[in-house]
Amino acid sequence: MPLPEITLAVLWLGLTAYVLFGGADFGGGAWDLLAGGAERGSRQRALVEHSIGPVWEANHVWLIFVIVLAWTGLPSVFAAVASTLYIPLTLVALGIIARGAAFAFRKASTELWQKRLFGATFAFSSVVTPFFLGAVAGAIASGRVPPGIAEGDLFTSWINPTSLISGALAVGTAAYLAAVYLIRDAQRFGAADLAEAFRRRAAATGAIVGVLSAAGLLVLRADAPRLFAELTSGAALPFLLLSVAFGIISLLLLVWGRFYLTVRATAALAVVGLLWGWGVAQYPWLLPGVSLEDAAATGTVLAASLAALAVGALLLLPSLWLLYAISQRADEQSGNGGSTGAST
Amino acid sequence: MDTQILAAVVEADLGAARAQMALSLGWHIIVACLGVGMPAITLIAEWRGHRTGSPEYQRLAWRWAKAMGVLFAVGAVSGTILSFEMGLLWPGLMGIYGEVIGLPFAMEGIAFFIEAIFLGIYLYTWDRLPPVPHMLSGVPVVVAGVASAFFVVTANAWMQQPVGFDVSNDRIVAVDPWAAMFNPATPPQTVHMILAAFMVAGFLMASVYAVALLRGRNDRYHRLGFLIPFTVAAVITPIQIGVGDWAAHFVAENQPAKLAAMEGVFDTGRGVPLHLGGVVVDDEMRYSLNIPNGLSLLAHWDPNAEITGLEEFPEEDRPPVNVVHWSFQLMVGIGFALLGLAVWQAVAWWRFRTLPRSPWFLRAAALSGVASVLALESGWVVTEVGRQPWIVYGVLRTSEAVNPAPGLVYGFVVVSVVYVVLTVATVYVMRRLARDGPESVAPQERDVTDHRAT
Repeated sequence: MPLPEITLAVLWLGLTAYVLFGGADFGGGAWDLLAGGAERGSRQRALVEHSIGPVWEANHVWLIFVIVLAWTGLPSVFAAVASTLYIPLTLVALGIIARGAAFAFRKASTELWQKRLFGATFAFSSVVTPFFLGAVAGAIASGRVPPGIAEGDLFTSWINPTSLISGALAVGTAAYLAAVYLIRDAQRFGAADLAEAFRRRAAATGAIVGVLSAAGLLVLRADAPRLFAELTSGAALPFLLLSVAFGIISLLLLVWGRFYLTVRATAALAVVGLLWGWGVAQYPWLLPGVSLEDAAATGTVLAASLAALAVGALLLLPSLWLLYAISQRADEQSGNGGSTGAST
Repeated sequence: MDTQILAAVVEADLGAARAQMALSLGWHIIVACLGVGMPAITLIAEWRGHRTGSPEYQRLAWRWAKAMGVLFAVGAVSGTILSFEMGLLWPGLMGIYGEVIGLPFAMEGIAFFIEAIFLGIYLYTWDRLPPVPHMLSGVPVVVAGVASAFFVVTANAWMQQPVGFDVSNDRIVAVDPWAAMFNPATPPQTVHMILAAFMVAGFLMASVYAVALLRGRNDRYHRLGFLIPFTVAAVITPIQIGVGDWAAHFVAENQPAKLAAMEGVFDTGRGVPLHLGGVVVDDEMRYSLNIPNGLSLLAHWDPNAEITGLEEFPEEDRPPVNVVHWSFQLMVGIGFALLGLAVWQAVAWWRFRTLPRSPWFLRAAALSGVASVLALESGWVVTEVGRQPWIVYGVLRTSEAVNPAPGLVYGFVVVSVVYVVLTVATVYVMRRLARDGPESVAPQERDVTDHRAT
């Protein structure tokens, strides 16, 4: 594979990791928002906080990775997207600030009113941020970002049918992934009732995301016919089918109510199918009239960056494994004694 | 008339973009310095606690680790905003030169990732790992933090000394990313910044305990809480002044317009005096205290060396002089004041093995944190405003790089409001953390206990 294609694939891998991990952290915030009053929702909030606490910063780095790789590998595309979509992207940036800071502040504060204030900020921004990220994706997918700097419409580029449905889809996906992951976390924590609650929520949001995806396809047919054609008959079709198949399997497993570790994998694969389906359907066109070949940075830059990332991956992968292993093992230890306390 | 209004709007948007970048960078850099410096200082306390078995060290280390956890989260998000703003505000820079400075940012991403992972491990395993493995888990945090600072500053250094690329018809045709990364400005700028990070972290942390000591909480816990960070910062201060001199020589050789602005020199000449204070009115330095031949001597180690004045540069290529001149004076002045404080402490320690007895020492030390932040910010004003009107020195003007979309002013207003709230909340939470009574739970332990208790 030539360097530009490898770079784009690596960028898409980073995006996938961000959606699967960072997305679930946003989804955790969405469930925090829906957890109910301070009394009733406190255990659920504690579970969410406990699950994303040690890992969200690491998960968040995938976004930085995607941004940096975009401006390094596809500088003119990055500039076109950032300048035309500066309003939703500014809102994403502010949402990221509010989410991360409020989450850390809530953890460090002790009084109820502070926890409420920071908690509400955290939860609200956890819903808003993925929506705008989805809207940005919709803008690119429907070809509303022309090449050049700030050449697109500042409003209709991201307020349009595709952007709205992809924004909703992003929020739904985040909530769905979070619910699926939280079932197992609640179980490990010995909170059977919470596990059951998240199982039901996961099934319900899974169904909603399925419906949204179908609606999204209809919108694409009217709004972005080329993308629709590629998705339904071109090279992207296998990915779409993969997504649908794993979506249905996940739903069945959730309704049946077992194999919560397996559901994590199948639910993630359903999302991966959607994401890669989009990528493959859009390839090789990044912006209207701009192909990957036109936009890619010079070979020396791509080679050096990919080499640096490869070396980095050698350092990163064992470190990440260590982090997840430690946080999960620690849970199992503390979960053993916690069952009575947590289920009252 | 219409074109005049349009020009004014464009001018306002450019100003807003610059102000927004300055605000978010100036904010992030304080937290980033703490992120670079605090882990090392915390590890020193933890190590001393392990060696001596003294509970004060352990309590200090725990307290700092907890603050680090909060500050790291805030730093992670305020840093992310910057990577957004590179594109949102300066698409003209990133669209062309993004690939030239991409490599160090990719490396910075990796370093930051490692920092985040090991900080998570370090905080999470506080009570779960034996002391030595636990301290070892903190070492990658220190190394990755310093590496992050290095990588990011190489990209800024490239904006001062852009090399390693060929342009033809506004398109980059060849790039040597390694040459761009290791450009001539990289060595002095990165070293100056990394040392500054340790100074800011050390003096800021020490000033918290100086206030406590002034309020009469003169126990071993607070004395150690003062001494560890203060010593780290004090040892670095004289080195930093030497490195600062190196950086200034570099500017004198490679960015003459910036040096002329730093010193308010308009006429090219030999044996140029050093201007202390003063203000520039109508292209002339007034009311300054002049040290004969001082600038020639300091900038080139030769009292008769020639200094290029701003007159050599057309009006539209000159940086704003007063801002750069005064920022430079402030940074240098504070640097020497901090050196004086460090020497005071060193003498007292050498003679009496104690802190200086005068309350003025603690009063000054209580201000050292804020002062070091001021010096840091002024230093960056010198670097960045001194580079104007260029965003890439001599290659691309800031006005050509800014996002031409209308309404950047509103974005700036919204971002400012968010940063005001963020500042208030951060200060409030940090004060709360500082006030809390001594505890013995691990930084990340509390949520687990909370969960079980509910």
